[in-house]
Amino acid sequence: MALTREQMAQRVAQELQDGFYVNLGIGIPTLVANYVPENMDVMLQSENGLLGMGEFPTEDTIDADMINAGKQTVTAVKGASIFSSAESFAMIRGGHVDLTVLGAFEVDVNGNIASWMIPNKLVKGMGGAMDLVAGADNIIVTMTHASKSGESKLLESCSLPLTGKGCIKKVLTDLAWLEIENGAFVLKERAPGVSTEEIIEKTQGKLIVPDHVPEMVFA
Amino acid sequence: MAGFDKVVTSYEEAMTGLEDDMIVLAGGFGLCGIPENLIAEIQRKGTKGLTVVSNNCGVDGFGLGILLEDKQIRKMISSYVGENALFEKQLLDGELEVELTPQGTLAEKMRAGGAGIPAFYTATGVGTPVAEGKETKSFNGREYLLEEAITGDFAIVKGWKADRYGNVIYRHTAQNFNPLAATAGKITVVEVEEIVEVGELDPVQIHTPGIYVDRVVLGTFEKRIEQRTVKAAK
Repeated sequence: MALTREQMAQRVAQELQDGFYVNLGIGIPTLVANYVPENMDVMLQSENGLLGMGEFPTEDTIDADMINAGKQTVTAVKGASIFSSAESFAMIRGGHVDLTVLGAFEVDVNGNIASWMIPNKLVKGMGGAMDLVAGADNIIVTMTHASKSGESKLLESCSLPLTGKGCIKKVLTDLAWLEIENGAFVLKERAPGVSTEEIIEKTQGKLIVPDHVPEMVFA
Repeated sequence: MAGFDKVVTSYEEAMTGLEDDMIVLAGGFGLCGIPENLIAEIQRKGTKGLTVVSNNCGVDGFGLGILLEDKQIRKMISSYVGENALFEKQLLDGELEVELTPQGTLAEKMRAGGAGIPAFYTATGVGTPVAEGKETKSFNGREYLLEEAITGDFAIVKGWKADRYGNVIYRHTAQNFNPLAATAGKITVVEVEEIVEVGELDPVQIHTPGIYVDRVVLGTFEKRIEQRTVKAAK
């Protein structure tokens, strides 16, 4: 079975480490915050200028001046800091964020990512995505493996305008955990019950399949 | 007005000197920390042909979105736009030009503009449509883009508290682009929720020193929320 959005978030959460500063994009990445292990301290960075994002406020504590990068009302955790957009992107561009998780339309075997622009559709903008992919070393892309019509999103070469060039090394899809090495996707784990054959069939870019590909394990 | 006293008593006075075809830098992220009354004053004045540099362009009927109603904006320089139907329509009709700029690059363009740095190199946007027509250079084996700084004829800024000398403190994440815009305007106007006497603000807590600020005006704010998200009370 393909992973649900919640399971994808759970799998990404397994990559967290105690003391990590993490930037989570909109969509599935946001859900990762719900699966931070209890014995672990993780600080969430929101690029509008908040390090130490907390949960949503209650109706009583809601504050129009406290939002996240998705423009949602949030709270700050104990030990949080708040700063300008320039400071925020200094952290991001300067490589100080330990893990960045974001979505994409396409990735390719050279670590290119396309996530912001579909030609002939209204383009709303890249927001902070280009800065995040250029600045971070440790990035996990979360996406569906193929489109609804079955077209692979893991390509030999991205067809859409890029968000960043040569910056992606780890991809979690609803079918597999893959890493990008030397111009190929390497299949590291399968979603429970998903066959290697299905992953091969739905991966257009060069794919290396080791002899043994374990299934993901969820607690 | 005398000496360092930057306080003006009306919004009309606050925006005196704004003319057609000027460049206006605006603070705010979404609808958070936007100079909502200064924007409303620009609408009242009817200034046209503006280039507005702001991360976003408000929504229909609020924030920078209201400047679209009478087609006062000719060009937006932003990282993310289109939360408003009017924006989309004017863009498709060719009445509005948009220069999409990565968010961190936009922030740094304003910071650099205010700091007297004409351009800077960044890895952001290399190999993407943003790089088209831009000079690149390699440092330590990695390619970087040359991005030019931005300054404005006016900067419109939303602060929390200011003293009469124009020292400003922002509240929570309403800070965002405000202190950057504040440094990069030829005329920087700050509207605030509270004006205090000189000496009341702790000098080490000042976000925007008064040297950047030309005018301070006291306002009341709607502070509209774009995405109202709450958890259930315990």
